[in-house]
Amino acid sequence: MMKLEAIIQPSRFESVKDALREIGIEGMTVTEVRGHGRQKGHTEVYRGREYTVDLLPKIKLEMVLPDALVNRVVDTILKTAKTGKIGDGKIFLSRVEEAIRIRNEERGENAL
Amino acid sequence: MKCAGWKCSLSLVLMLGAILLAAAPLSAQQTPTSSTASSTTATSPTTPEIPKVVNEKLAQLDKDVKAAQSSADNAWMLVSAALVLMMTGPGLALFYGGLVRRKNTLAIMMQSFALMALITVMWALVGYSLCFGGDGHFIGSFEHAFLRGVGADPNPDYAGTIPQLTFMVYQLMFAIITPALITGATAERMKFSGTVLFLALWFLVVYAPLAHMVWGKGGLLNASLGGKFPTLDFAGGTVVHISSGVSALVCALYLGKRTGYPKQPMPPHSLVLSFIGACLLWVGWFGFNAGSALASNSLATSAFVATHFAAAAAALSWSAAEWIKNGRASALGAISGAVAGLVAITPAAGFVGPMPALAIGLIAGVVCYWMVTKVKAIFGYDDALDAFGVHGAGGTIGALLTGVFAQQVINPIFGAGKAVGGLDGHWGQVGNQLVGVLIAWVFALVGTLVLLKIVDMLTGVRVPEEHEIEGLDITQHGEEAYNLES
Repeated sequence: MMKLEAIIQPSRFESVKDALREIGIEGMTVTEVRGHGRQKGHTEVYRGREYTVDLLPKIKLEMVLPDALVNRVVDTILKTAKTGKIGDGKIFLSRVEEAIRIRNEERGENAL
Repeated sequence: MKCAGWKCSLSLVLMLGAILLAAAPLSAQQTPTSSTASSTTATSPTTPEIPKVVNEKLAQLDKDVKAAQSSADNAWMLVSAALVLMMTGPGLALFYGGLVRRKNTLAIMMQSFALMALITVMWALVGYSLCFGGDGHFIGSFEHAFLRGVGADPNPDYAGTIPQLTFMVYQLMFAIITPALITGATAERMKFSGTVLFLALWFLVVYAPLAHMVWGKGGLLNASLGGKFPTLDFAGGTVVHISSGVSALVCALYLGKRTGYPKQPMPPHSLVLSFIGACLLWVGWFGFNAGSALASNSLATSAFVATHFAAAAAALSWSAAEWIKNGRASALGAISGAVAGLVAITPAAGFVGPMPALAIGLIAGVVCYWMVTKVKAIFGYDDALDAFGVHGAGGTIGALLTGVFAQQVINPIFGAGKAVGGLDGHWGQVGNQLVGVLIAWVFALVGTLVLLKIVDMLTGVRVPEEHEIEGLDITQHGEEAYNLES
């Protein structure tokens, strides 16, 4: 099992979600987050006072996937989340030891 | 009819003319509110020949004409009073509410609302009387305390065609919004208890005397009712905007900066709220300025038009200045400019035509932009929502420019044919305006400083730092503006 975390542009979220549903991904956890990588923020001016806004709004997708699906999901996200500009975000993959469904205590990939 | 032929009809025409003339006085917060007493006896050379029945008919007509005019004036003045109240709540409450950080939203709105209630009660007990009772130089009397003698009959000193009750409630709305403006400078750090006590005292000690000096009978600065230094202030450049704006500056200096200012960003939490608030202010200002004609007459129209044009011109000039400086025109800039223009035209509204109004607006937009972006940064005071930068500066500019642009064709306040403002040929008026401005400045400065000291001893003025960080909504009122989880 792999955990996939993807930080993406809010504007691409709907397309990514639809594309993932088309390839059969049923569960995900979505959070509105703020952050920045190489993308610089922007400057806002209110009555002459300048504010540098360097934490920009992003969407974080989290899902735990059976190994067999990981590559397809990564490809799908790459294809749909990309705008080609700085600020498109990142995908992180990490191994997951165990998964347990709380309702019936199923374990492993069955619990996903 | 027994009265024969042309003689009778001629005298009838003459008398009707006299009635109509007498029934159309030019009244305003600042105009010679000439007595409205009709003069039915003045013109007729044939009095003895007029039968009783004609006289009675004429008297009836005279009454009817007056009643009709009173109805029209009263309708407009009641609407105006409601419009001015709308400027405080929701207008100013939303305008300021959007400019603070979200944790202080309710606190700043509540300050405006508390004044709507508090000043109203104080107004009924003594406020109205202190502003408009008696004929002292500096302050009114207790003549109308508890609204004694204030009823359906007009008070011919101020507004001869509307019930004094209407005049009273209209003036009340000005007394509400003026202290509310100060809360823009004390925002995000002043205690609720201290705010309420300070503003209640401020209303008695600063507002009431100034209102009487400028608008009250016999007031030192009154231009139409026997003042020593006739200061033109149609709707409150000195009384409302200089007084509140200068007091705001004193408050900002006395309270000190907000914790973290200017290093920590403190952007407005919702410009949408501010936008709605500013638009409500703009509309409400028609009641403020055009209503100050105190009648539904052509002077009201003139003030209405001047008000609108100045707001538009100032929105443009502020935006232009910003565009040149930052490469963009912001929504906050545009609405701030409009408010600056409305402030500046307030003293001039009933004295200038549309072109001077445009000029006043253009100047005010740029000057106030410079005040809030440059001057504030240079001196480093934390006038949180720019109550001084917009109302103090805009009010001062407006009061002085009124002396330059006032026209006797719009409002012959010094008598028919007599020049009013500088461009009319009466440059001395600029001097009069300067005296009025200086007195208002000094009065507001000293009064506010003394009151702040007193309130500081009684309740304290500033919240503890940890409360400031947590936000005034929770620490002062025990609630939050936005409960997103519920």
